[in-house]
Amino acid sequence: MEDTIAAISTALGGAISIIRISGSKAIEEVNNIFSQTDLTKVKSHTVHYGYIVDKDEIIDEVLVTIMKSPRTYTVEDVVEINCHGGIATTTKILNLLLKNNVRLAEPGEFTKRAFLNGRIDLIEAESVMDLITVKNDEARKIAISNLRGKSSDEIKQLRDKILQILANIEVNIDYPEYEDIEVITTNDLLPKIKKIIEEMQLLIENSQNGQLLKEGIKTLIVGKPNVGKSSILNRFLKEDKAIVTDIAGTTRDIVEGTVNLNGILLNIIDTAGIRNTDDIVEQIGVNKALSLIDDVDLVLVVLNGNESLTDEDKIILEKTKKTKSIVVINKNDLKLKIDKSLFKNRNVVEINTKTTTGIKPLEQKISKLFNMEKIKDSEYKYLSNIKQISLLQEALVSLNNAKKGMIEKEPIDMIELDIKQGWEKLGEIIGETYSEELLDKLFSEFCVGK
Amino acid sequence: MYYDIVVVGGGHAGCEACLASARLGHKTLLVTGNIKNIADMPCNPSIGGPAKGIVVREIDALGGQMAKNIDSSILQMKMLNTGKGPAVRALRAQADKVIYPKKMIETLTKQKNLEILEDLVKDLIIEDKKIKGIKLNSGKSILTKAVILTTGTYLNATILVGDNKKSSGPHGEKPALYLSDNLKKLGFNIIRLKTGTPPRLEKKSIDFSKAKLESGDKDQSFTFSFDNKIQYKIDKQVPCYLVYTNTKTHEIIKNNLDKSSMYGGYAVGIGPRYCPSIEDKVVRFQDKERHQLFLEPESIYYDDIYLQGFSTSMPHDIQEQMVHSISGLENAIIKKYAYAIEYDAIDPTQLKQSLETKIISGLFTAGQINGTSGYEEAAGQGLIAGINASLKIEGKNPLILKRSDAYIGVLIDDLVTKGIKDPYRLLTSRAEYRLLLRHDNADLRLRKYGYEVGLVNKKQYQKFQEKQQEILDTIEELKKIKITPTTKNNNILVKMNTKPLKSAITLYELLKRPEINIQDLKELCKISNDCAILEEVEINIKYEGYIKKAIAEAEKMLKLENKKIPTDIDYNKIKNLASEAKQKLQQIKPTSIGQATRISGVNPSDITVLMIYLKKRGVVSG
Repeated sequence: MEDTIAAISTALGGAISIIRISGSKAIEEVNNIFSQTDLTKVKSHTVHYGYIVDKDEIIDEVLVTIMKSPRTYTVEDVVEINCHGGIATTTKILNLLLKNNVRLAEPGEFTKRAFLNGRIDLIEAESVMDLITVKNDEARKIAISNLRGKSSDEIKQLRDKILQILANIEVNIDYPEYEDIEVITTNDLLPKIKKIIEEMQLLIENSQNGQLLKEGIKTLIVGKPNVGKSSILNRFLKEDKAIVTDIAGTTRDIVEGTVNLNGILLNIIDTAGIRNTDDIVEQIGVNKALSLIDDVDLVLVVLNGNESLTDEDKIILEKTKKTKSIVVINKNDLKLKIDKSLFKNRNVVEINTKTTTGIKPLEQKISKLFNMEKIKDSEYKYLSNIKQISLLQEALVSLNNAKKGMIEKEPIDMIELDIKQGWEKLGEIIGETYSEELLDKLFSEFCVGK
Repeated sequence: MYYDIVVVGGGHAGCEACLASARLGHKTLLVTGNIKNIADMPCNPSIGGPAKGIVVREIDALGGQMAKNIDSSILQMKMLNTGKGPAVRALRAQADKVIYPKKMIETLTKQKNLEILEDLVKDLIIEDKKIKGIKLNSGKSILTKAVILTTGTYLNATILVGDNKKSSGPHGEKPALYLSDNLKKLGFNIIRLKTGTPPRLEKKSIDFSKAKLESGDKDQSFTFSFDNKIQYKIDKQVPCYLVYTNTKTHEIIKNNLDKSSMYGGYAVGIGPRYCPSIEDKVVRFQDKERHQLFLEPESIYYDDIYLQGFSTSMPHDIQEQMVHSISGLENAIIKKYAYAIEYDAIDPTQLKQSLETKIISGLFTAGQINGTSGYEEAAGQGLIAGINASLKIEGKNPLILKRSDAYIGVLIDDLVTKGIKDPYRLLTSRAEYRLLLRHDNADLRLRKYGYEVGLVNKKQYQKFQEKQQEILDTIEELKKIKITPTTKNNNILVKMNTKPLKSAITLYELLKRPEINIQDLKELCKISNDCAILEEVEINIKYEGYIKKAIAEAEKMLKLENKKIPTDIDYNKIKNLASEAKQKLQQIKPTSIGQATRISGVNPSDITVLMIYLKKRGVVSG
């Protein structure tokens, strides 16, 4: 980590490119290829005009920003070269640096240094990693808001509330005979803990929705053969909303394609080839689709609006009763024959795959179902990283154990064990509790080590 | 003159230290300013309390003396925190201030290998950073292999009453005037601390009819020691009483704050946060209309009453007004005025976990000199210093108790890792794994160490092993014995306020019901009569899930504890450490990653950087 790293930090092809260099030799190395001013003698946080030169040859006319440790992104000396954006020029300057004592930065390495040098906490570091890998605009917004420390604040507030309870329990134990100190009983504690649990549950739910926004909503389209599943997918295709790719998803399913509905990603799961609906394979498809219900985030149950419900439809409706689902009635131009009262408590959208009717309401339904509008609101609080969410879930388990202990009238000292565990788990999320797992994660994600 | 080990100071730390050393077969000398003040209790007349009571039991498990000594001088005994869970239960005894030291002096004088000398230590003889001996005020020099300093509040002691300040130890004893300057010359950072003690009142002059009676436990008697039998009579315990300050008292204090040593700016030492003076309480908690004060007997041989909670450094005339403003104390005669005492201590981060100083090989320190307050904290350190000085001259590895082993381990680790700002008091909240560090299982945790070291004899150890076996056997038995839903059994259960049975269950399962206690099982089957065993069995069954959780947490910490850091690391060379972390790590030189995580100012990101550095150097395994 004593070495100096460099990377092009803008997308190639723009009018201007920025090359960022960080490390103890950053200023010296850039100075070696810079003419006009001696950069080793300039003040911190200043911009300098000049030329990048290779021996006597001028490569480009540039602006160089000098930022000295510690008030920089990585806490190390940082130099940014603003050069002209052509691929040839930019890479030439980079290669010039790499010829000497500068190494090409690994992905996320500037952030890694910022974290290791204590400039940002883990949650912020992870947000930057998220930012590098985000797939759409909404997710980018989450990552940015995390970067500003919003989720850290939320976790810190939860921890403060828990700490208050812990302190009160402790003081009772250490000063048993002082009546001045309010003696805390499980009866006093229970409502407080319940409130914290509710807040955590909300945060988890929000975070899971946020996760869906980032990763896409795993969506299963199910219906008996020839009800128009393929038409719906094709409708998306015609609207140019589907990006059909073969992205390997989790172990079990293959994502057929990703549909972008107004910034909401639907990862359509392929169950035995939705696009080849006329195929006999479809028969197997329904059963397979039904077996996947528990693994997906959303089920679109497609019914044919031109006929009354068949037994097969009823089975499908029954099996999807408890999942987040939308009943999509494909009615084409014909008159509606289906009896809607049979699923009156469910989300229903009528769609006409011959025109674009219904696509918009479907989008809105999905958006509402997953609180997507709220998520886009910058005040909405949630965690955007799977690891963080799972730590939050572990903390919730601990607090639920505490709640259970209170209801079962366990001694306060035992209950405290669970409360404290919850507090520590929350600390791990924001890197305030040191944990072995955290380190393992860092070693694996940041490729540090031998 | 030559001794293997010299202990300087005859307080609670010094007594444990010299006994441990002598009992381990080393020719030991105890140097004390006044033989009559050995094991003196200059402050509160009690031993034990939350965390502290558990320390006393730990001392006993390891083969120390404090528990055995207090068992023979009890005025009143209480089990505290009974309603808050088994982990925080702790014994507290009101001690007889005459009998306690008398019994300890008897033990010391009878002890083989131990001699006592009345003198003050002026300087240490050091060669090549190794301790070689001590120089006495009388001019004599004594050579030795190890020295344990347990000087209490005597280093440069100053007594403060109002604006009056005089160089003196407690009870007007001579302070040690030269030693702390000489320690400073050796490179020790000397810090100034302060503590205080409340006034003593004449018993006859108190109107107890206006006070609330606070008696000892009447339904069960206890011993601190695992080896002792009950030595006090449960129905002859001496009572304590409760009185309150009032707005008039607070008025007097507020109007005279400038006369108090502390608020008048006459004191420089830092007082204990957890044992504040009454001035402090009144100033800091303005909204409190009254504060509790306990009237505690000091001895059956004289009638001084200790006014607990009323420590002050006000001048005598103000103390009179303050005391007389309290209901029940209108006519109280003050026999000894309250005073504050300032004294020197060393920065405990200059110690190793063995309590040997990092600067001078063979020099150990224990008790208030290390910045702690409290008899129990002192005794615990004294015992460990005595053991480790012995192990050192035997060429053996020191005994280091982990935070999951004992409160004594927590105490020492806190001192040497975090340092102190004010006198350190042990609190249950300082222990992360207190469910494992219970009052009842101190022997199960620590007897083996006492036996290995040699302070617990074979007979005691066998008795302990039998107890351990009986606990395991009883648990196994309860897992086997089933009770069936007969009418007779169900009638018994209903009487116990618990649900009758529908099908057969084991007694083990029955005991897990919160409303059932182990004594109830006696009505259903034959089990051990030994209360200690039953308590252990009950806790282990009832709280099995919680105990398992605590063990899992402790193991997580042990993993970090086992990642050792070489002490020769130059932290200034680790580039990405924050500068505060660099400085702290350099100063403390933690021996493990676990210890490093506990240093204040060292953040998780610093630990990560340190781990990466160590991994690169190939020093950390696992």
